[in-house]
Amino acid sequence: MSKLTACERLEIIRHKDRPTVNDYIPAMFTRFMEFHGDRLYGDDAAIIGGIGYLSETPVTVIAQVKGRNLDENKKSNFSMPHPEGYRKALRLAKQAEKFHRPVICLVDTPGAFCGIEAEKRGQGEAIAKNLAEFMTLRTPVISVVLGEGGSGGALALAVCDELAMLENALYSVISPRGAASILWKDGTREKEACEVLKITAENLSDFGVCDKIIPEPEGGAHLSKEIMADNIYEYLVDAVYRLNKMDIDTLLQQRYHKFRKIGMFAE
Amino acid sequence: MALEDLFKVVKERFGAEQQVQPVTDEKEVEIPQDLLFKCPRCSNVIYNEEFIGALKVCPKCGYHARLTWKERLDLTVDKGSFREFDEGMHSLNPIGFPKYEDKIDKLSEQVGMNDAIKTGECTIRGYRCVIGIMDSHFMMASMGSVVGEKIARAFEYATEKKLPVVMFTASGGARMQEGIISLMQMAKTSGAVKLHSDAGGLYITVMTDPTTGGVTASFASLGDVILAEPKVLIGFAGRRVIQDTIRQRLPDDFQSAEFLQECGFVDMIVERGMMRKRISNILKIHGFPKEGTGR
Repeated sequence: MSKLTACERLEIIRHKDRPTVNDYIPAMFTRFMEFHGDRLYGDDAAIIGGIGYLSETPVTVIAQVKGRNLDENKKSNFSMPHPEGYRKALRLAKQAEKFHRPVICLVDTPGAFCGIEAEKRGQGEAIAKNLAEFMTLRTPVISVVLGEGGSGGALALAVCDELAMLENALYSVISPRGAASILWKDGTREKEACEVLKITAENLSDFGVCDKIIPEPEGGAHLSKEIMADNIYEYLVDAVYRLNKMDIDTLLQQRYHKFRKIGMFAE
Repeated sequence: MALEDLFKVVKERFGAEQQVQPVTDEKEVEIPQDLLFKCPRCSNVIYNEEFIGALKVCPKCGYHARLTWKERLDLTVDKGSFREFDEGMHSLNPIGFPKYEDKIDKLSEQVGMNDAIKTGECTIRGYRCVIGIMDSHFMMASMGSVVGEKIARAFEYATEKKLPVVMFTASGGARMQEGIISLMQMAKTSGAVKLHSDAGGLYITVMTDPTTGGVTASFASLGDVILAEPKVLIGFAGRRVIQDTIRQRLPDDFQSAEFLQECGFVDMIVERGMMRKRISNILKIHGFPKEGTGR
């Protein structure tokens, strides 16, 4: 695997041709059917969800939608979900639990949307609820960070049994620009912040947050969407097979422990 | 869009206003800082003594000013009933963030606590419970490893002992200086709350000024009953970030406790002087036994 800096990886994941879930879903799942709406308020196009087959196994797919062009991005709000997006995700996860389907979350967001309507409809509550409910969801959950994993907006789809990251993906508590503007009152020092924050897949593996790094084609996923989709597919088939075999109570204990043990302190 | 919200939200809106400014009249006669309190909301100036007598509530606009954990504890629990958990727990520097240890050391000395939360067991008017009190004077009560761990342990203890949990929340959000580790505390605390809840445990959240960012987006929003003090700031994203996004001024009461109640996210707004009684009444109606007479 190549040794790139966080900053170089940031360039790669921002590449205009970087594949998105609109590329991956048709490539990885057969007979995918999209299901709309949270049954409470509306349908958020920033998160698509539905069911399909992964190889022979029926699965539920929940995915954050980065647009491949301006039109797609307008529709999906640049992959910044509103509360109804997270609530749709939870509804579909509960449905998956009921029908014993593994849940596959594809994470790719700069963060949850910040706006009046998002606040009014309880962005904080929606995320919190997902964290709590996914923790005890009685079916395997696998999350894959495809590009950007932006803070709570990403975590709301990443309380899982296994977290995988594409080789160049970044997952952070705060955007590098945001960190720079707080630290040095200067958002343009984003590159420095990028390194300070330790947000690469490798960093996150060291912290025990990331369980699997999925290799990208040399130079980045945009250079071969097919190879990239194959690599993710291969990982998912393996993970679903392994996790599906496990006793569900053991799986839930492990899931809790996965997050429970993260933290560094002294007494 | 900006994730910086999780941290900035508070600084932006109240950071500067929270300190008691030396008040200078037209003749530039200096009045000692510790003599007067100027309300950050309505700019009303009163004698500190009067302000403290009013439980640090502005008599003019009703703003409930921030308390230290000790002040909150004294107002809430039965005298002598508090037994602290994990008193010595302190932060390390998980991502090797520049000067983080120095900052922690300095604050520990200034504020007199190791990190931004105190947890323990106590009785409130005779009702036994696990309590958590966040203190915004310590790094705006941002959540890092210590806050996350203490909360998780408090809930696990409460689950084991079948005790209710009362959590006074205040926070600027996740603690940037601990990077991804701080984000994971959101999942960790929410998970611990969920297990407590699944075991039938009662959890009362009391949102105080300010409850924002990653704390709003995790354990703070998960209470069976969510109380809030009047006029306090509650929200996910920062005001300025939202204003930058939508390019218009937000109404003054946006993200206030009253606004949140109207939107359906707060059960009840309770004045500071009534809080202890309200909490004990909620504990009582859930069938918990009363011990002794309670203070």
